[in-house]
Amino acid sequence: MTQLTDQWQPSASLAALKQRAALFRTIRAFFETRDVLEVDTPLLSRYGVTDLHLENLVTHISRYPEHTFYLQTSPEYAMKRLLAAYQVSIYQLSKVFRDDEVGRHHNPEFTMLEWYRVGFQMSDLIAEVVTLLETVLGERPIHQFTYQQVFQHYLSINPLTASVAELQTCLSHYSHVADLAQREQDRDTLLQLALALVIEPQLTPAAITIISHFPTSQAALAQVDPEDPRVALRFEVYVGGVELANGYQELTDVEVQRERFTQDNQLRAHFGKSQKPVDHRLLHALAAGLPECSGVALGVDRLLLLQTKKSAIRQILPFDVTCA
Amino acid sequence: MANYSTNEFKAGLKIMQDGEPCNIIENEVVKPGKGQAFNRVKIRKLISGKVVEKTFKSGESVEGADVADMELAYLYNDGEFWHFMNNETFEQLAADEKAVGEATKWLVEQDVCTLTLWNGSPIAVTPPNFVELEVVDTDPGLKGDTAGTGGKPATLSTGAVVRVPLFVQIGEIVKVDTRSGEYVSRVQK
Repeated sequence: MTQLTDQWQPSASLAALKQRAALFRTIRAFFETRDVLEVDTPLLSRYGVTDLHLENLVTHISRYPEHTFYLQTSPEYAMKRLLAAYQVSIYQLSKVFRDDEVGRHHNPEFTMLEWYRVGFQMSDLIAEVVTLLETVLGERPIHQFTYQQVFQHYLSINPLTASVAELQTCLSHYSHVADLAQREQDRDTLLQLALALVIEPQLTPAAITIISHFPTSQAALAQVDPEDPRVALRFEVYVGGVELANGYQELTDVEVQRERFTQDNQLRAHFGKSQKPVDHRLLHALAAGLPECSGVALGVDRLLLLQTKKSAIRQILPFDVTCA
Repeated sequence: MANYSTNEFKAGLKIMQDGEPCNIIENEVVKPGKGQAFNRVKIRKLISGKVVEKTFKSGESVEGADVADMELAYLYNDGEFWHFMNNETFEQLAADEKAVGEATKWLVEQDVCTLTLWNGSPIAVTPPNFVELEVVDTDPGLKGDTAGTGGKPATLSTGAVVRVPLFVQIGEIVKVDTRSGEYVSRVQK
C-alpha cells in the first residue's frame, strides 16, 4: 500500500514498538561492550551524495537562503570526518532519508545502523556483522560467497568477464527478467538485475548470506582489492531474501575518492540525471588522513522485520510514510 | 494511448505487453541499496488470460492499453456472435467466442454483464456474480435428503452442469455463483 492516507492510528502494534525499543537497546549494548563510541552526526548537511542510484531529499534554511541542504542518505561522510579527526571506532543509530523508495521493504525515512571499526580488515568486520545478527536473530547457517562465486553458483556465469551479450543470453532463461535484459545495454545494470531479481530470491532464506568482492565498477566507497584490481573490498549481507547491510574496507586515498566523485557525476550525466556538488570536506578529511578502517551500514527496520517475522516494513514503523 | 512511467504502476493499471493488453495485478519495487531500482510486476494478459511476471527499470515508461469495462445486457447468440446492448444508449456490441469464453454457460437474456473492451472491441465477458437458471436435467430418483450431503449433478438451461442438493428437481430455478460455479439456493418461481 503506497497511497497516502489520513489515518491517525499507528501502523505498528504496541508489541512491535516494544520489540523495536528492545532492539535499539541490544544494539547499544553490543557496541558498549566493544568500546565503540556512539555518535549522532547531522542529518541535515550542505552536501548530498553523488551516487548514481541514490537521491537525497533537499530542503532550505531561511538563515542561509543561498544554500540547499540535503537530508542524508547515510551518515557516512560526517562519520568519516570524525574518523579522520579522532581515529576511534564509532557507530550511529539514526534515521536516514532516501527519495523514491516506497514499498514493502522501503520507506523514504528509515533507521540505519552504521559503524566504523578502526584497524579492521573487511573480513574482521564481516565477522562482527555476523555476531550482531546472531545476537538478534539467533544462530543461523552462514553462507559466504564472493560476487564471482555467487554468480557462478546460481547462474553459471563469470560476472567479471562475461560480455553484455553473454549476460543477456544468461538472463533470457528467466522469463521475469528476459525482456528487460534484452533491451538493457549497461553491464552494471544487467549485473544488478541478475543479483537482485534472479540470485537474491534463490538465497537460502534462513541463512545469513554474505557476498563480498563486488566488481570495481560497483566499488562505491570501498578500496580496490590490492590482490585483484577487478574487484573491490565491498560486501553485502542478505537474510530472508532481503538486503540487510552493505560494507566496505574503506577507501582512504583522497585522489581515488576524488576520481570516484567525478566518475559518479559523469555516470549521472550519462543517465540523464543532475550533477551533484562534491562534499569537499570529506576530501579534506581524507587528505588529513582517514585511519585504515572498515565500515558497514545496516537497515535496522529490516532487521526488526526479520526478528519479528513480519512481512512489511510499515508493521514495525510507528507511522510509515503513507500516514506520516 | 498515453505512456505510463513505472512510478504510476499500481494494481488495475492497463498496459501493453507482447502486443496484448494486460492488467497489473501486483507491483513491487526492488531497490538494491547501491544499485538500479526495478519494478517487478505480475500482470494478467487480458486476451490469453495468462499471468506472467515482468521486470522494468524504475523510470522506464510503458505503453498504456486502451481498455475499458462496460455494463451491457445480453441479448442473444446468432451462432457465431453473442450480442449485447447498452440499456441507456441502445447501442449494440457483438462478442466472439474467444471473448465470451467460459462465460457462455452463464449468459441469461437481459442479464447485465461486464464487457472488457480493448480499442472498442470486446475481449472478455464477465457474467453477473449470481445468475438464475432452470434445471433441465437431473436424476429425479434421489429424494428425501435435505442436508445436501454430496448432492447430485444438474444440467441447467444454458448447458452448465452444477452440483445441487438432492431435493432439487427438473423444472426448478436455481441461483448459482458464477465465480465458483456453485449452487447457492432454489428460487421461487
